[in-house]
Amino acid sequence: MALDDRLVAETARTLYIRALKVLPPDVKAALGQAHERERHPRARELLGTMLRNIEVAETRGLMVCQDTGTPVFRVRVGAGFPLDRLGGHRIERALAEGVRRATAEHPLRSSVCHPITRANPQTNTGWRIPVVDWEFLEDGDALELRMMPKGSGSENMSFLKMLPPAAGLAGVKRFVLDCVLEAGGKPCPPTVVGVGLGGTADLCMKLAKVAIWRPLGQPNPDPELARLEADLLDGINMTGLGPMGLGGDTTALAVMVEAAYTHITQNPVAVTLQCWRGERAWARLWPDGRVEHGV
Amino acid sequence: MERRLRPPLDEAGARALRAGDSVVVDGPVYGIRDATLVRIVDEGREPPVDLRGAVLLHTAPNVAREAGGRYRALSVGTTTSMRMDRFTRPLLARYGVRAIIGKGGLSPESLAALGEHGAVYLAITGGAAALQTTQIAAIEAVWWEDLMPECLWRFRVEGLGPLIVGMDAHGGDLYGDVLAEAQRRLAAIHARLGL
Repeated sequence: MALDDRLVAETARTLYIRALKVLPPDVKAALGQAHERERHPRARELLGTMLRNIEVAETRGLMVCQDTGTPVFRVRVGAGFPLDRLGGHRIERALAEGVRRATAEHPLRSSVCHPITRANPQTNTGWRIPVVDWEFLEDGDALELRMMPKGSGSENMSFLKMLPPAAGLAGVKRFVLDCVLEAGGKPCPPTVVGVGLGGTADLCMKLAKVAIWRPLGQPNPDPELARLEADLLDGINMTGLGPMGLGGDTTALAVMVEAAYTHITQNPVAVTLQCWRGERAWARLWPDGRVEHGV
Repeated sequence: MERRLRPPLDEAGARALRAGDSVVVDGPVYGIRDATLVRIVDEGREPPVDLRGAVLLHTAPNVAREAGGRYRALSVGTTTSMRMDRFTRPLLARYGVRAIIGKGGLSPESLAALGEHGAVYLAITGGAAALQTTQIAAIEAVWWEDLMPECLWRFRVEGLGPLIVGMDAHGGDLYGDVLAEAQRRLAAIHARLGL
């Protein structure tokens, strides 16, 4: 196939459906390790059910979870990719077309509605949906499409606080812990805890969202941020909330922190949670029309 | 020990269950969600079916419409119950519902309502929809299709579970116990985080 709108739409359609059915290997590995480590009998049983569910979904071609989520794409443009051959606007339109096709052809539940009338267009699309974020890379020749059907149980557990600078890092830690306690069993723990630190209010929340794309087992390359991730993970798992908030050692699979410099008067912290299914899928489109798929 | 529940349930049956019990359901289960409950409770529309003794499931499924207008289940999972917490008491008091299957738990106010009316909250493994879908034998009926996917659904389930009695009719509340324990551990956690 040639590199055109149809190829982008077809790839988006495939990505949406695959992200709902096949979990990334790092998420499966983290759940497996948690299951082995878990000492609480009920929590072990729940983690075992999650692992069995992943297997049933893969072997029978079923969705892991019923929530088709809010479709989110992260478009990563390689420095050598001929973006002018498609154009950003056409890519965005093609991504929405892929979502509509997946919804109609699979079919998938439409989880997207008008913010005031709540009318559901039955397409999983609408004003500014799918969410499309762009990233421009220093190298590479491909257009990488990353897809996340973001589940709402965890998305509803998103929090932003503009702390004063004097609250320091202690204030940040306390806030993250409070958010996890408030979320309890609602976001389908064990969760991935995305934390944004610094920036402006919008950038801070964006950083928390960027964080949950990172594969599990990869700490932040900055040693101070990596230590914060490890400390917060320890603290969160000491709560004993456990899988589904029913008690146990495994409340979070990982804490991922992304940071930006901030204003001298500000100390923003944002928290967003990702449910245990940690859904994401990716594909790379090459200038000659080749497509490479992965999760 | 695992108990098998066959709805409709009576008050004694619901009161016999205790927080922590493991339960499996066979028979009819009604799927409801935010929009369904707004219609029943806030807009005052009578449910088109008798819910006395019913087991409800907080869900909005993925379905395929078959020839003849019937629906086939593609993915039936469970949504977060707390969004629909305030509808719990009216469902128990006015319509005689005996069990609600959900995830994440309900409020202390709903726990009190479970005790007053004799009903239970059954916790499912959230996100485990593939497994759950294999336990849905059929979609028997659907009402209010204009709310798709948040219609009122009647599923026939076989071996729906494992479910855990998360909140019972005697004040037993696994979620409350876990949160209370987390509060007791806060000092140790703060020390670990250098707070």
